Amino acid sequence: MKRERTEVLVVGGGPAGLAAAEAAAGAGRSVMLLDDNPRLGGQLWRADVRDAQSPHGREVDGRRRRLAAAGVVVRMATTVIDAEAPTRLWAHCADELLHLHADRVVLASGARELLLPFPGWTRPGVFGVGGLQALVKAGLDVDGRRVVVAGTGPLLLAVASALRRKGAKIVHVLEQTSRARLARFGLGLWRTPSKLTQGLSLMLRGGALPLRAGAWPCEAHGDPTLRRVTVTDARGSTSTIECDLLACGFGLVPQTRLARLLSCEVDDGVVVDALQRTSVPNVFAAGELCGIGGHEKALVEGQIAGLAAAGQLRSARALAGSRRRALAFARRLARDFALRDALRRLVTDDTIVCRCEDVPWSHVRDHTDARHTKLTTRCGMGPCQGRVCQPALAYLLGHGPDRPRPPLRPVPLGVLAELRTTIEGTAR
Amino acid sequence: MTLDCDVVVVGAGIVGAACALRLAERGEAVVVVDRASPAGGATAAGMGHIVVMDGSEAQLDLTVSSRALWREHVGSMPDAVEYDPCGTLWIATDEEELATAEVKREVLRARGVEADLLTAAAVAEAEPGLCGGLAGGLRVPGDAVVYQPGATRWLLQRAVQAGAQLRPPVAVERVGDGRVALRDGTTLRARHVVVAAGGQTAALLETRALDDAIRPRKGHLAITSRAPGTCRHQLVELGYGRSAHGHAAESVAFNLQPRRTGQVLVGSSRQYGATDASVEPGVLGRMLRRAVALMPALAHLLIVRTWAGFRPATSDGLPLVGPLPHDPTVVLAAGHEGLGITTSMGTAALVEAIIHGAPSSVALAPFAPARAMAGGVGA
Repeated sequence: MKRERTEVLVVGGGPAGLAAAEAAAGAGRSVMLLDDNPRLGGQLWRADVRDAQSPHGREVDGRRRRLAAAGVVVRMATTVIDAEAPTRLWAHCADELLHLHADRVVLASGARELLLPFPGWTRPGVFGVGGLQALVKAGLDVDGRRVVVAGTGPLLLAVASALRRKGAKIVHVLEQTSRARLARFGLGLWRTPSKLTQGLSLMLRGGALPLRAGAWPCEAHGDPTLRRVTVTDARGSTSTIECDLLACGFGLVPQTRLARLLSCEVDDGVVVDALQRTSVPNVFAAGELCGIGGHEKALVEGQIAGLAAAGQLRSARALAGSRRRALAFARRLARDFALRDALRRLVTDDTIVCRCEDVPWSHVRDHTDARHTKLTTRCGMGPCQGRVCQPALAYLLGHGPDRPRPPLRPVPLGVLAELRTTIEGTAR
Repeated sequence: MTLDCDVVVVGAGIVGAACALRLAERGEAVVVVDRASPAGGATAAGMGHIVVMDGSEAQLDLTVSSRALWREHVGSMPDAVEYDPCGTLWIATDEEELATAEVKREVLRARGVEADLLTAAAVAEAEPGLCGGLAGGLRVPGDAVVYQPGATRWLLQRAVQAGAQLRPPVAVERVGDGRVALRDGTTLRARHVVVAAGGQTAALLETRALDDAIRPRKGHLAITSRAPGTCRHQLVELGYGRSAHGHAAESVAFNLQPRRTGQVLVGSSRQYGATDASVEPGVLGRMLRRAVALMPALAHLLIVRTWAGFRPATSDGLPLVGPLPHDPTVVLAAGHEGLGITTSMGTAALVEAIIHGAPSSVALAPFAPARAMAGGVGA
């Protein structure tokens, strides 16, 4: 077990984490930033990082240089797996166990896609929106492939545009929210002038993509590889579309497992005050894990968290206006892309809800709590430990999250065997 | 006074489930109550072993008879029980432990329990993942492993088929004088109340004399991702007895179970004095280092989950099974420490014998709750 000491430890290398690390280092603190992926940028930016000439690639590259110049220690492919205390974390990197001891911790663990089960969603050819985007960036060829992008939120259009640039034929973008709500969201964008919203605004107004609002997939057909998707709408009319790939994303859910392991208060996301302080002393949180709001909210929250963690409270408070505007945008996102109830009724008895353990809906639908569901059906007991099915069941059944247990990610036993306490006489 | 039923069983863990089944099959009108869903307490937190243990004569009596009762059901268990007749392989790390193994073999054989001494080479052949330099081992082929939440549900389903009623989760406030007061305000009246509430048992009783009789003994477990064939037997180090039967504040011992899923369940630790169920990294690390020391092949397997729970432990390692001296309507069936899965069946047989005044093949006296009461009987 290797021990490392830093003043500010930032967990997550997306927009929020990058901004937090830069702000804290700028205030003169020693900073370590870690991320479980091999590349910086988070879910949103990382997709473009391989292409150093892309806007996001340039953005991340510039930030990485600034962090290096400020002496920030960046540890990639490093995953926090357990905590001895809120500011003493164990992380796993290349089969080595690290004990990281900080004065302050900034959590910036982002969000993950909400995947809702429906008949056929486990077929080869059906992906998460973010998952397909990552595969394409990693070399999956979509040239000439017919793609349906479905679900909800601005990410659908962004991903559809990116896929089309790679030669994919976008058959449909199915947005579950109604045309009226979509229009309201589009009209509201003038209040949030930024690159992101300008782009979205153009896409929405220009109708450049075959966008269909108020529609969603209800079944994916194939033999077993995907061939067709049946689409339905609020009136109950259905149609079937031929396609090769279906990318689904029903919005994002905050990744709160580490925050919950540290006993931070969580409701829709990690609860923070205006200085991004969580309910646990010396633990800050910023970005999507505090509530879904896009990268501009993540950047300003990250900056505030980094400054506050470095003790620069006055500078942190000076950003309150930007934070307020970002939160207003987040509220509009939540309001205008709220999932409709009909999506809860897509599952049928034999729809698999837990892919790791092959658990069908009929086995879980009558259970009222997550733990009992696990014990009875093995739902959520597989290698992903409920990361996919738990948010879906939270939406479908109202299950609260089960208590996160170490290790937060699967780790070789030989690595976990290196756990040794560093504080005498304390359990956690 | 009209009764609501013949017997209320308090606790839907594996011991309560086995008692409910046994009594319902005997024709009793049984109601089962629990504050949570079935198998939610110590039952789910532990391992699923069905083993013969020889910590004392009485423990040997109860585990041998219980294992025989489990084996009667082998043909009728559904898949969900995941009954695996993998046997136990006790590992001797040195000559001293091998001598212990020889004694153990004689003790088991005297009870008609099959047990074979294995040379170091035979151990290596039986379990190639184990480390070299072992002294030998003792194989007990009749031992088995179950998925205990599945086993509990199966016992309860059969109890319900036999006429028992399983109430939706409701907390129990107080038990005594043929009554069970529930948090929802209702009181159930019965001829007998079987209290199989593990570590919560004493708090439900009117007497305070048993408050220190069952102490929580914390244990940690870890489970790997699927890696079929990693181990073929339940593996236990012979030094386990020192951990299980000793009274050290904290100890770890090597104990692996192959699961039907291909996963390996890795234990074990024992701690007195701990009160919260969080996983303690220091204890977990020690437990896993012991596991890797004896089975180096484990080092590469992924641990997907760890957890901790509490065994309901008595000071002499035997459960409290029998009527309260001052209130024979209340029959205890609690304090099974780490042997609740094994001894659930035998406990149910004892409870049946007690309630019906019938002869029991296992002596009742060593399990009588009176032995554990502070200040003597009836205090």
